[in-house]
Amino acid sequence: MTEVQTLVKELADKHGRKRENLMPILQGIIEKDRFISEYAMKEIARELDISTAEVFGTATFYSFLDTEVRGKYVIRVCKTITCAMKGKNQILLALEDSLKIKVGDTTPDKKFTILETNCLGWCHKAPAMLINDDVYTELTPEMVRQIIEEYRKREELPE
Amino acid sequence: MGKKQLRRVDLIFANDDDYLQILKKSLDIPTEEIINEMINSGLKGRGGAGFPTGLKWKLTGESKGKQKYIICNADEGEPGTFKDREILTQVPYKVLTGMAVAAKVAGATKGYIYLRGEYRFLVPLLNKEIEKFHVLCKDAGLDFKVEIFLGSGAYICGEESALMESMEGKRGEPRNKPPYPTEVGYMGKPTVINNVETLAHTFTILKYGAKKFRDLGVQDSRGSKLFSVSGDTPIPGIYELELGMTVQDFVDDFSDGDCKAVQVGGASGFLVPRKRFAETNIGYQGKLTGISLPTGGSMMLFNSSRSMFNVLDNYLDFFQEESCGQCTPCRVGCQQLVKGIEAVKRGDKPASYLDKLLKLTDTMKYTAKCGLGQSVANSFQSIVENFREEMIY
Ligand SMILES: Cc1cc2nc3c(=O)[nH]c(=O)nc-3n(C[C@H](O)[C@H](O)[C@H](O)COP(=O)(O)O)c2cc1C
Ligand code: SF4
Ligand code: FES
Repeated sequence: MTEVQTLVKELADKHGRKRENLMPILQGIIEKDRFISEYAMKEIARELDISTAEVFGTATFYSFLDTEVRGKYVIRVCKTITCAMKGKNQILLALEDSLKIKVGDTTPDKKFTILETNCLGWCHKAPAMLINDDVYTELTPEMVRQIIEEYRKREELPE
Repeated sequence: MGKKQLRRVDLIFANDDDYLQILKKSLDIPTEEIINEMINSGLKGRGGAGFPTGLKWKLTGESKGKQKYIICNADEGEPGTFKDREILTQVPYKVLTGMAVAAKVAGATKGYIYLRGEYRFLVPLLNKEIEKFHVLCKDAGLDFKVEIFLGSGAYICGEESALMESMEGKRGEPRNKPPYPTEVGYMGKPTVINNVETLAHTFTILKYGAKKFRDLGVQDSRGSKLFSVSGDTPIPGIYELELGMTVQDFVDDFSDGDCKAVQVGGASGFLVPRKRFAETNIGYQGKLTGISLPTGGSMMLFNSSRSMFNVLDNYLDFFQEESCGQCTPCRVGCQQLVKGIEAVKRGDKPASYLDKLLKLTDTMKYTAKCGLGQSVANSFQSIVENFREEMIY
């Protein structure tokens, strides 16, 4: 079995093989791989005995179920009104500058992806961003550089 | 000037350590009485639509079917709203108590918290609380289990029928209504779906009785309400206030002194310009929080340095991205609105083009399938009509 097949099977064993178990399974793939490949969608369809088109339809609907290659750390910067008013652009610039990539792109080493997203529910502490599931609020460009530095250090440590 | 201080209330976040007693006591009260108590309290849904909570529970209870569900709507995606996260962080047991009592009234054995993916960090904390809660339910003789269902970044899934589609593993596309969830909900079964805050308020009612709740607020808007305050204010945050204030009362307390407009109800709500502060009430009967406003309690302040064009452009960009695309008026309408106001701003279209766009939002209001498409008109019309020059120059 391929790695993806094993993962899909594990997730189906854990959540079940009914249609209503599809979201948790897709979320499980994201948690592990940060994106859902076509191959993974086919495997899920087979495991749940539904058509691949159905899996594709669901997966592509949700902004957090990425279907393109993403880095190990997916950074989502809030671009909705309050964050936009409180300096979201400077936050993006600091990220782009630290990581040497543009919004929407992934670093060549597949460690980081920068994306924009809609209101994160932290408007009173704007600007805000997510790195995978972790929330960062009241950001300044300086903080952003430090945060990225910390993630980089974490990556250099042997696992 | 006689400045009226807003009545701050401290019920929702008060740490009630008698949670177990309240739960037990409530489960002992006959169903009929609980329903009456809920209806008498005047509590209306805090998710935006403002449907009477007691009636919703009652209707679900009366629907035929052995399997029924209780869902807590924790999708909180309306721009400028962040109160539900705070409730789930600080007093999750109040929400769970509300779910348990709803389960008893409706005859459900299974409940879900649909938690937006953005709040995934809350899962460990909530699961711990749910585990404790399951033990208490068992002790109290209630067969009821709650599970978390995570969203994946789609604002439309806050709409109750889209939420259920999502839970069923499908695209989050709203269903036609009727039938309503009280009859045909999750998996086609009768379902109570309530906002996080609504459920937390039921705890207050169960603890203190309907009267204490009813004594707060005015006429059709009873009780207190959490407001998420953001934008140009020195004191952004979450405030529990008595219903029935005017926007002027609110601005007096929260603005930095230079407030030119307040957006009430998030991107799908209305922009209130300074000249209307005094005459605009915040509550359920006023025009502001009228029928299908998708969420309650978002208050965003804008001071005179802000461009209302940028504000509207930001909202429209939001709607264009978050529209599920299922129906044409909304899918195409949102795209046309963004393109349209940008073209007017650039001078590629004459100012009169704005009137065409205003008409388009009217059409969307009447022909879009769900509250998302229907409410784009709210912010569009209130911003364009009040700040027309800013759209053009
Ligand atoms: C586009 C849209 C988004 C919505 N988002 C939410 C939401 O995030 N949370 C919520 O509780 N209700 C939301 N609602 C309202 C729900 O459809 C539903 O009315 C509510 O969950 C009912 O609970 P309540 O009676 O306790 O308010 C939304 C409605 C629409 C049309
Ligand atoms: S109004 Fe918009 S969000 Fe609602 S069903 Fe139609 S396309 Fe989807
Ligand atoms: S606008 Fe960015 S968190 Fe709400």
